Amino acid sequence: MSGVPILEIVDLHAAYGRIEVLRGVDLVVPKGAVMALLGPNGAGKSTLTKVISGVKSPTSGDVHLGGVNVRGAPPEELARLGLCTVPEGRSVFPNLTVQENLTLMSYAGVPAEAVLETAFAYFPRLLERRGQLAGTMSGGEQQMLAMARALASDPALLLLDELSMGLAPLIVDELYETVAQIAASGVSILCIEQFARTALRVSDYAAVMSGGRVVATGEPAEILETMSDVILGGAA
Amino acid sequence: MSLLEVDDVVVQFGGVTAVNHASFAAHAGRITGLIGPNGAGKTTCFNVISGLQRPTRGKVRFDGRGVTRLPVHRRSKRGMGRTFQRLEAFGSLSVRENVRVAFDIHRGPIGWIRPSSADVDALLERVGIASYAGERADSIPTGTARLLELARCLAGQPKLLLLDEPSSGLDETETDAFGELLQELAAEGRAILMVEHDMDLVMGVCDDIHVLDFGSVIASGPPSLIRSDPAVQQAYLGYSDVEDAADSADSADSADDPATVTQVLPVVHEEVR
Amino acid sequence: MTTFLAFTVFGLFSGAAYAIAASGLVLTYTTTRVFNIAHGALGMVMSFVFWDFSVRQGLPTWLALVLVLLVVAPATGWLLQRFVTRGLGEGPVSVALVVTVGLLVGCIGFATQIWPPEARSVLPFFPTTSFEVGGVIITGHQLLTIVLSAATALGLYLLLNRTRIGTAMRASVDNPELLRLFGGKPDTAAALSWAIGVALAALAGVLLVSQVGLDYYALTLLVINAYAAAMLGRLKSLPMTFAGAMALGLATSYASGYLPTDGLLNSVRNVIPALFLFLVIVLMPQAQLRIGQVKGIVSAPLPSMTKSVGWGAALLLVVALLAGSFADSDLLLVGTAATYAMVMLSLVLLTGYGGHVSLAQLTFAGVGALAYAKLDEPNLYGLALSALIAAGVGALVALPVLRLTGLYLALSTMAFAYLMDKMVFQAEFAFGFNGTLPAERMSVLGTSITSTGGYVMLMAVFFVLTALALLLLRRGPVGRLLIAMRDSPAACGTLGLDLRWFRVALFGLSAGMAGLAGALYAGLRQTIGAADFQFFNSLPLLLLAVVFGVTSVTGATLGGIGLMLLPVMQSDHPGIAGLIFAVIGFGAVAAGRDPNGLANQLFRVGRLAETRLLPQVRERLPRLPERGEVDAPAEAVVPGLADQRPDSRPDSRKVPAHVAP
Repeated sequence: MSGVPILEIVDLHAAYGRIEVLRGVDLVVPKGAVMALLGPNGAGKSTLTKVISGVKSPTSGDVHLGGVNVRGAPPEELARLGLCTVPEGRSVFPNLTVQENLTLMSYAGVPAEAVLETAFAYFPRLLERRGQLAGTMSGGEQQMLAMARALASDPALLLLDELSMGLAPLIVDELYETVAQIAASGVSILCIEQFARTALRVSDYAAVMSGGRVVATGEPAEILETMSDVILGGAA
Repeated sequence: MSLLEVDDVVVQFGGVTAVNHASFAAHAGRITGLIGPNGAGKTTCFNVISGLQRPTRGKVRFDGRGVTRLPVHRRSKRGMGRTFQRLEAFGSLSVRENVRVAFDIHRGPIGWIRPSSADVDALLERVGIASYAGERADSIPTGTARLLELARCLAGQPKLLLLDEPSSGLDETETDAFGELLQELAAEGRAILMVEHDMDLVMGVCDDIHVLDFGSVIASGPPSLIRSDPAVQQAYLGYSDVEDAADSADSADSADDPATVTQVLPVVHEEVR
Repeated sequence: MTTFLAFTVFGLFSGAAYAIAASGLVLTYTTTRVFNIAHGALGMVMSFVFWDFSVRQGLPTWLALVLVLLVVAPATGWLLQRFVTRGLGEGPVSVALVVTVGLLVGCIGFATQIWPPEARSVLPFFPTTSFEVGGVIITGHQLLTIVLSAATALGLYLLLNRTRIGTAMRASVDNPELLRLFGGKPDTAAALSWAIGVALAALAGVLLVSQVGLDYYALTLLVINAYAAAMLGRLKSLPMTFAGAMALGLATSYASGYLPTDGLLNSVRNVIPALFLFLVIVLMPQAQLRIGQVKGIVSAPLPSMTKSVGWGAALLLVVALLAGSFADSDLLLVGTAATYAMVMLSLVLLTGYGGHVSLAQLTFAGVGALAYAKLDEPNLYGLALSALIAAGVGALVALPVLRLTGLYLALSTMAFAYLMDKMVFQAEFAFGFNGTLPAERMSVLGTSITSTGGYVMLMAVFFVLTALALLLLRRGPVGRLLIAMRDSPAACGTLGLDLRWFRVALFGLSAGMAGLAGALYAGLRQTIGAADFQFFNSLPLLLLAVVFGVTSVTGATLGGIGLMLLPVMQSDHPGIAGLIFAVIGFGAVAAGRDPNGLANQLFRVGRLAETRLLPQVRERLPRLPERGEVDAPAEAVVPGLADQRPDSRPDSRKVPAHVAP
């Protein structure tokens, strides 16, 4: 790990009311790397995503994006700085058409025409459905649309939260192929998943969160080996 | 004959089909599980059954009569009770008052003369949240709030209990106690229909299971059959290994073997708002 | 035929202006979920600004228009979104309603203060231009209006569908948080929509002002037309809104042309928009029960019964002292305060406990007063019957709209109040146009109470009894149900509560309380007329109730006194009459988010006194067993019936956590 890491989280704490959910998270994502962040439900993964993307403010600690301390920056500023967050669930606007969804993606800095071009080139199916309301597409197609933002906006860091949630395994595999393609183009990715296998296949590093802390980091193989009891319930 | 029959129900929101020709049933004295990935339409099914959502087409029969067009409160009077996935406790009332309201509603104005405190306390005791009785309902842990919703339902003496993810937020011992409570409730002759992500609980207590995927019922049967049904594994669980399947069944709540997880690491259940 | 065409042209002209206003309303509602009751009032203020620029300061008309439409109005909208309405859309509907009602009243006060009443007029645009088509004269102004409304429609369509910021405006309705992750700024979208919305209100106002005249109220109430049109489009569809506005314009125009000029139908012509609004709301398809707890509602403080009785007795004592020493004219004021306080008690029940907003509470009082005067039974029986009649009317209003909630219910009470005001109260069978009815002071159990002092005392007794009954109700099953229904209607429904009938009963009970107050008021004044119960006065009533605290009896008492003092202060200081109004309106804007109001601040002081000062006092005076009256003499005049329990906001809900062993 040389050079300035794209994301560096130092002793991050966050709480809902009096209940502390993040209790000193330390995490480094090297530039150009794909990191999988795993852990059981309630480990604080979603809260961490919210803090990194600026939706929730931390109680203490720092977040450095490309070497700049961005703690407390609002989400729209972070998005314009090159952080692309694909949040949990369907991250598209259901009552806008596919094309309108893509148009909005240009807020991150890439002109609308370029966004459309990239998206339609990668996913011809979106071109067929450009006039359709996004909410009327299948779950997989909606995630495709969400991934189009990650592809087209050429982000410095891509933050994927529970990409596979509620999708059939075949579609999840397809989506992770796209993730691999994006990674190959040099984009750094932090990919948060509850279930490890698919994510580990495409990642360079992995970290495990539990109880509001990162309890282990390492190569995917090591993580699988050492943490399989915890994450996979002994079934790996 | 089954107490509840959902017959060919379709629900569409705009162009999205949330429930797609789903048919299933629940029987008195039995616990029926309704499982499936997030977004499969389970909660929408519950809304259709309890009357919060009009189906686009299809019928719901309860206790031998059609209830498809019946308003919510009338279905409750006929003996349906439900809890909510996203908690619907009366936040500014205390836990005890929450249950008192349920008794007040159930008994009607004339019944208000009869004091309900003893019944309320008995019910809180039964579901195991008596120690929270004086707390405001919006300040109690999620798991407790779910049990509170169950207690509130039980005040109405329902024949059918619709439980939407009742165990999420409970720890291992609490889940075990909860499973026993469910079996007791069923043994008293109630039908229980339960949406649940904790596969150990589902496989452990359910008599029948229906699997929903993309709004359709893709499999129905006893746990042993569901476990080994290849269609279920492929479409829903995604793995061919049975052990594996139960472990990685769903993402909304930890389906990992709770024993291992909780022994090794403390688990914080956070509520995602 | 020519007259028909003439009316058609006029109808299209007014419809076009309504359409402009209504589309602004729909735009702000769809992007921010705040229904701006003050939309018309803002248009009114902007028309005055236009007059100020073009007539008083003598700027060229086009320059004045450009300044108003492109500078003043958008800036106002922008500032409103930034500092007033931001975040309101996510809270309870009642808060947004109260805040925008406050804005409405504040606007009227502001306009009255800056531009005191005098004769003003604004000429139509192109006053000398007109065209003749098929024997009908179309003025340049009318043509301009119709053209501008078409331009508005086209402009809005292009904005929302063809531009990125317009798309972002629509997206921010769905999911503002996601929009931020995309790099968009939902607040900018919201502010822009308010800027455009207010500019459209201004445009509609400026176009209509030559027709309607520069009047604070007429221009403000024109918004009822916009509401009606917007409702037809279900606050979503702009094409339906335009269609509704045109239909309404035509209907109003034909009504003024063809309805007979006497009898009941004559009064119909004035109320067509309100009637239209009422019908649209009633005929709207049923709303589904909302799942999801309402967040951010503060729980109503609840006093102990002994405390309540104590304060009640103290209040009676004070009134008895006043009754012995005050002159009759001052006693009338005390009686008026008691009336208002009782009407506000009905709001405590409906709004404070039940979470519903009514803009017709004074109208229900008027029904009670009318019934009392007409029954001519000046005794307890007559009083009870009057209250029952008012309750029945209240239930009837709630009946057709019982399928709907929040916003629609409030708007239908507004339409109802307007209809009663214009159609019923002023009708021959009621008070008559500008007329009054005599009412006798009542006798209680054979003893007639003729002195004003005695009668005021009687009213105070009724007030205290009503307040105690209300508190008793709140402590019992009904009170619990009310809170439960407010917290989660869906759960109440699945537990077997028929929310619709419960809501009707609640409305009826609240209207009955207001009716009781009205009947007592009729006896106090001995002559009573439609002017005492004007629709518009329900708005300051609601606002003062909220400012002083709509969740507590103390708040109602203070609010009653405040509302009574309002006209007194205005006649004492005519120079700042408008300012007082503006202060109340903008005060409600500021206080609307905390329905516990000033009363709660008072409780806080009382609590502080009790916890900090009282122990010290006790220490020094070990034999004094009384409560904290010693250190808070001011509160003796003011019955603090409500308890000092700290209220907590559910929106700061802790996240339940569980740590496994």
